[in-house]
Amino acid sequence: MRTFMLGWEFPPFISGGLGTACYGLAKAMDQLGIQITFVLPKVETAQYSSHFKMFGAHGWFESEKLKNIRFRAISSTLQPYVASGTFGHHSRQSRAGHGKTAVHSNPGHLRWLDSMENYRGDMYAEVHRYAAKVAEIAATEEFDIVHAHDWMTYPAGIAVAAASHKPLLVQVHSTEFDRSGEHVNQMIYDIERQGMHAASKVIAVSNYTKNIIINRYGVPPEKVEVVYNGVECNPNCDSMPVRPDKNDKIVLYLGRITMQKGPEYFLSAAQKVLEVMDNIKFIMAGDGDMMNRIIELAAQLGIGQKVLFTRFLRGDDVQKAYQMADLYVMPSVSEPFGITPLEALQNKVPVIISKQSGIAEALLHALKVDFWDINEMANKMIAVLRYPPLHRTLCENGHFEAYKFRWEDSSAKIKKIYEKVLASA
Amino acid sequence: MASVCFYFQVHQPFRIRHYTVFDRDNNYFDDWKNAQVCRKVAKKCYLPSNLLMLDLIKKYKGRFKISYSITGVLLEQLELYAPEVLATFQKLADTGCVEFLAETYYHSLSYLYSRNEFVEQIEAHKQAMQRLFGQTPRIFRNTELIYNNDLAALIDQIGGFDAILAEGADHILGYRSPNFVYRPLKSNRLKLLLKNYRLSDDIAFRFSERSWPEWPIKADKFAGWVNAVNGCGFVVNLFMDYETFGEHQWQDTGIFDFLSHLPGEIFKHPDTDFKTLSEAVASYDAVDTLDFPGTTSWADIERDLSAWLGNPMQENALYELYRLEEKVKKTEDKDIIADWRKLQTSDHFYYMCTKYFADGDVHKYFNPYDTPYDSYINFMNVLDNLNSRCSKALQQKEEESLLAPHGGVL
Repeated sequence: MRTFMLGWEFPPFISGGLGTACYGLAKAMDQLGIQITFVLPKVETAQYSSHFKMFGAHGWFESEKLKNIRFRAISSTLQPYVASGTFGHHSRQSRAGHGKTAVHSNPGHLRWLDSMENYRGDMYAEVHRYAAKVAEIAATEEFDIVHAHDWMTYPAGIAVAAASHKPLLVQVHSTEFDRSGEHVNQMIYDIERQGMHAASKVIAVSNYTKNIIINRYGVPPEKVEVVYNGVECNPNCDSMPVRPDKNDKIVLYLGRITMQKGPEYFLSAAQKVLEVMDNIKFIMAGDGDMMNRIIELAAQLGIGQKVLFTRFLRGDDVQKAYQMADLYVMPSVSEPFGITPLEALQNKVPVIISKQSGIAEALLHALKVDFWDINEMANKMIAVLRYPPLHRTLCENGHFEAYKFRWEDSSAKIKKIYEKVLASA
Repeated sequence: MASVCFYFQVHQPFRIRHYTVFDRDNNYFDDWKNAQVCRKVAKKCYLPSNLLMLDLIKKYKGRFKISYSITGVLLEQLELYAPEVLATFQKLADTGCVEFLAETYYHSLSYLYSRNEFVEQIEAHKQAMQRLFGQTPRIFRNTELIYNNDLAALIDQIGGFDAILAEGADHILGYRSPNFVYRPLKSNRLKLLLKNYRLSDDIAFRFSERSWPEWPIKADKFAGWVNAVNGCGFVVNLFMDYETFGEHQWQDTGIFDFLSHLPGEIFKHPDTDFKTLSEAVASYDAVDTLDFPGTTSWADIERDLSAWLGNPMQENALYELYRLEEKVKKTEDKDIIADWRKLQTSDHFYYMCTKYFADGDVHKYFNPYDTPYDSYINFMNVLDNLNSRCSKALQQKEEESLLAPHGGVL
């Protein structure tokens, strides 16, 4: 079985949930013996220093670890926006310090690298230029199926599928409604919709996302399959975390500070918690377009001295943040999946998660609240901080449960979907 | 000779309303939900089952006999929400073919935590049985058939009982059969009746299970299994929740048809009859002494306490609840004491069980919570409020007692 996969750069080169998901999935599919031609927007080759070997100047990569995967990079400025909650993990560091790029988040959900030479002026043109380039490469490749990850690669997927007469499969890691609420960018919505309708099968990362795909994009339910993400086993997590000596309990928010993640609900709940308990600190780890507003809001609510902002965290610091925490809260307004609660649980931190998330439907040992229900969020935060037996039970069961989400299972499920699609093609 | 002994457990808890740490009032229980559940179960189960039992007793001219254990907390709810059910239970009591058993009024785990409270609750339940049904119970069943040697000793000491019920757990019985009457280790006066869990669960759990090779069971087939006991046992103890009829097993499974045909099929065998539990105890001698060193119950496959005491949350909630006993009773405030006792109902701790959380099985039945964690949080919030109510009440009492001697002067 050979797949032509339109994906994104792997960590650590690039940030966020989409890259992480592509990596986890591709690695596990490689283990299953699926041949993958992995096409991705071009990376800064100078920074390649990990286990990928690079051949020639044409954007060919080959990995020592991944024997069934061939990489083909295309020069492009496309950057996936951080798709799920793993913003904290990587990102930014790759290009910072080179002086020639200015990376910033913007509400358009693309981090544009303004000064890159092949920047073509607008996102729409770039997406289609990318599609044309991909189609050229596809003509030289042999494959049975086309698999595209998130909207920016859909036009390319459609083009390749049409030219090769192979079935198209699109995987939805997030939708425009998750990122923008009701104020969707029509151009992006149209591309998403086109991709979903052109595909033989749509893979959603949760039933939560599946429902959006059905209700907002008019895709027939039988066409949408749900495949949960996995989470990488972190070997450091099982060792006893080093908790710093501290008098205060710590409640952690880790994610972009942006509308989708619900930071203002976190603060409002924090204020309520502080009405009842005193020795609590709230840490907000992450950066984003709402940063300044949120700092102001904390001051306005009169809890400025209790809320600490770390700005953006990377690498070990993320791990440290988890390990310091007594409680992790994900108050997302709309979260297609949500890997961070699983990471928190790996670090033996109990979690409160928004019901408006994919992970809420799959994770049993978590406390769940509606993101807007400040009272209930505070009620549950207080309970976890106040009652050690609750903390302990959530921790132990949740830690165990977090390891249920394995990329091996995700890729096996995708393989089955491939087989189904190919059988009916 | 073999006797079929039906005993039905009739119980609904006072479910707690959603109560956050920010709530300050004393209304802990979800009146709306409790009324709704009570009326629904009354309509689907209690009322049709009671009418059927009355019919059967009439039809077989007193040869069909059954026993009930009805909890005090359900009786209170029936009086409030479904008095017609109470009336039919009273009619059943009047037939003389129905026996009512004793248990803790609040369906509590008090035996495990407070002997005083345990004794008081049995007394309260006894009085309710006398008041409502004109019977003084002679048989004791502990909440969820929780049983061990010490329980027999305690019940013996309390006095007034002829027998205790227990689960016919394999690890206790070994090669022995549950179809005999036994003697508990620590009492010479009492007898033990053991649940025949295979035949009981055939009705209670497997009746509508299509993947079960014996499905469907009809009255004649089941009567055949019961009659097979003749010659190797005297009693067939079919102990189950009353909600089996019409609620756990819906009407369209044929459960009521089964029940209405069963006595006729049983009576086809000349050596089989029905007995109330007291009659069975009086008719048959104990064949052996049974040692229950550990604590058993009728719950889950483990048949132990793990459904209520299986995780730190449950242990903590129960510990904190009974730690309040002295303080609660000191207030002598009737409302506070009643609220505290309603919180003792075992269901509250059953909801906190994480054991089969993943399977979504029987623990889900009428469970008002999404997760065991929610139920613990709710319970602890209520308990916290109750605690501060006690403190306030005690403080008030103290102030009054300080003022009292000088009352006239001031």
